[in-house]
Amino acid sequence: MSPSRKIRVLIAKPGLDGHDRGAKVVARALRDAGMEVIYTGLRQTPEMIVRAAIDESVDVIGLSILSGAHMALFPRVMELLRKEGADDILVIGGGIIPEDDIPELKKHGIAEIFGPGTPLDEIVDYIRKHVKV
Amino acid sequence: MKMVDEEERREIQSALEAWEKGPVAKTVSRFPERREAFATPSGITVKRLYTPLDVDSLKYNRDLGFPGAYPFTRGVQPTMYRGRLWTMRQYSGFATARETNERFRYLLEQGQTGLSVAFDLPTQIGYDSDHPMARGEVGKVGVAIDSLADMEVLFDSIPLDRVSTSMTINAPAAVLLAMYIAVAEKQGVPMEKLRGTIQNDILKEYVARGTYIFPPQESMRLITDIFKFCSEKMPLWNTISISGYHIREAGSTAVQEVAFTLADGIAYVQAAIDAGLDVDKFASRLSFFFGSHSNFFEEVAKFRAARRLWARIMRERFGAREDRSCRMRFHTQTAGCTLTAQQPENNVVRVTLQALQAVLGGTQSLHTNSRDEALSLPTEESVRIALRTQQIIAFETGVTDTVDPLAGSYFIESLTDEIERRAMEYIKKIDEMGGAPRAIEKGFIQREITQSAYEHQRLVDSGERVVVGVNKFVIEEGHTFDYMRVDPEAERRQIERVRSVRASRDQSAVDDALAALRAAAEGTDNLMPFILDAVRAYATLGEICDVLRGVFGEYRAPDVL
Repeated sequence: MSPSRKIRVLIAKPGLDGHDRGAKVVARALRDAGMEVIYTGLRQTPEMIVRAAIDESVDVIGLSILSGAHMALFPRVMELLRKEGADDILVIGGGIIPEDDIPELKKHGIAEIFGPGTPLDEIVDYIRKHVKV
Repeated sequence: MKMVDEEERREIQSALEAWEKGPVAKTVSRFPERREAFATPSGITVKRLYTPLDVDSLKYNRDLGFPGAYPFTRGVQPTMYRGRLWTMRQYSGFATARETNERFRYLLEQGQTGLSVAFDLPTQIGYDSDHPMARGEVGKVGVAIDSLADMEVLFDSIPLDRVSTSMTINAPAAVLLAMYIAVAEKQGVPMEKLRGTIQNDILKEYVARGTYIFPPQESMRLITDIFKFCSEKMPLWNTISISGYHIREAGSTAVQEVAFTLADGIAYVQAAIDAGLDVDKFASRLSFFFGSHSNFFEEVAKFRAARRLWARIMRERFGAREDRSCRMRFHTQTAGCTLTAQQPENNVVRVTLQALQAVLGGTQSLHTNSRDEALSLPTEESVRIALRTQQIIAFETGVTDTVDPLAGSYFIESLTDEIERRAMEYIKKIDEMGGAPRAIEKGFIQREITQSAYEHQRLVDSGERVVVGVNKFVIEEGHTFDYMRVDPEAERRQIERVRSVRASRDQSAVDDALAALRAAAEGTDNLMPFILDAVRAYATLGEICDVLRGVFGEYRAPDVL
């Protein structure tokens, strides 16, 4: 792989919630920052997300959820990634996620959670710092 | 009749010029203004001062008129809040029907005057709680309703002839309406007495909210079936709540909110007329739903502009003869997306201002958000503060004592005009594309919304648009909030419940009702009576929606970034 290739990111909406403003705004920002961004659209199961991540050979998965189902769905994504041997993919999350849940999510392998009010550049910088291409 | 005559106009004009060249120029040269130019978030320039010259083209009777009369700019009722206050209606629902029934009864005891049901996402998308797609979502953002048995518990000890109930339900709206009718029947309340609203607005689901099931054409059929059924049998029921709220929450500006909502409204009215309904038979039961955001005057003007524009559309475009067909009644919710996770107590202040805007804009009902909603579902204490906010505005401030108190403000009237004008420009553009459904198919509306959302976030990130506690006046915070959590056992209990309902009902009655529904869906009969029969037989929501999925197919909206 050439050292100058673009970072590839899958922005995914697990679960049933239709609040995709955050997902779309982050997707736009990452694209403007020079990354290749694939957006899954709504209502993705963990299985669909992991399949898409592997098929698209992404470096990063960004999970966005606002329905409160993150404790059921985020760990499931991590479990499937490990099963597929794809747990080198950096997984970050965002949405309405109570602070108390974050340590538990990190234990499952979610690298970072970006809550409401996060500046877009913070997410861009985090990805650049943690993904080597 | 002009506000000022020609001679006075000239006098004001020359005095204004003298003021600009004299005191203003002198002050600005010593103390520059905070910004080069001021504008609302919709991009409407805000001048230093508004005078009678700015409302020169306004004709009082034509453009403002009187409350309760066309074009309803000043309100939909002759006496507005002097007669009856708005309905205080907090959107609420979580876990199972039993927990939500308790919250409803608590809110009614606290002085709430109407109910508003939040359904969980599986219910909104037509899945039973034991469907694989429902995993982790049961009871999370609202109450789980699988069958009439759940609906009976939800409204237990709540007399349905005495409350009005709003249900945020769209794709399966016909099913939940049928369940509501069936519960009322069991309470001995006939459907013609029921008061309430179903959201039933599928077009905005495709662009902003995401809980669609069926393709557009079939969805429009369900909606017009409901219009027809209710126009004959439920004269007090609001058959749709055409919603700008979610469009706004998805990132649109105030002008876009008005434009896209009214464009959707035009599509529904046209569909009903095309289905053979007389406009004056159904139009008075259409209702609307808007957000109330941060820019105070733009929001107040938005409500007034939306009312006037809708009245004109109904009369001039659709030839509505009766005034009540032109009357835009709406619900308002304070803007969820303006709540901050940082210093969450500040949200109480935001909500207060936004609620006041809605009241000054003449809303018919109001939901005030709770301070902790950027963090989780609200606690009971937070919900009580939110309700108290409305009660303070209603009972302490006196803003309710005269109708449309901001009318006649040069600034408000000028903004009202400008919002109406800009919204109408968008509607013309959407008409040229072939109407809202076509504009949605092309991704036009979605792109416009996403662009505005992105621009907003860029302005916040650069600090140009201040959000207190987020990009200015930031403090280090430990977290101090009690979170409301849905009992994780609720999902398991609900799954057992739906399975036991399926096991204990008369299965052949269910099979017959579902077969009849399938045949009706394949033909052109009104589906409401068939759905009602299925619901009465305790067919589940998922089973009914599966029959319709089988006939109509499932839709996937284009993903527009």
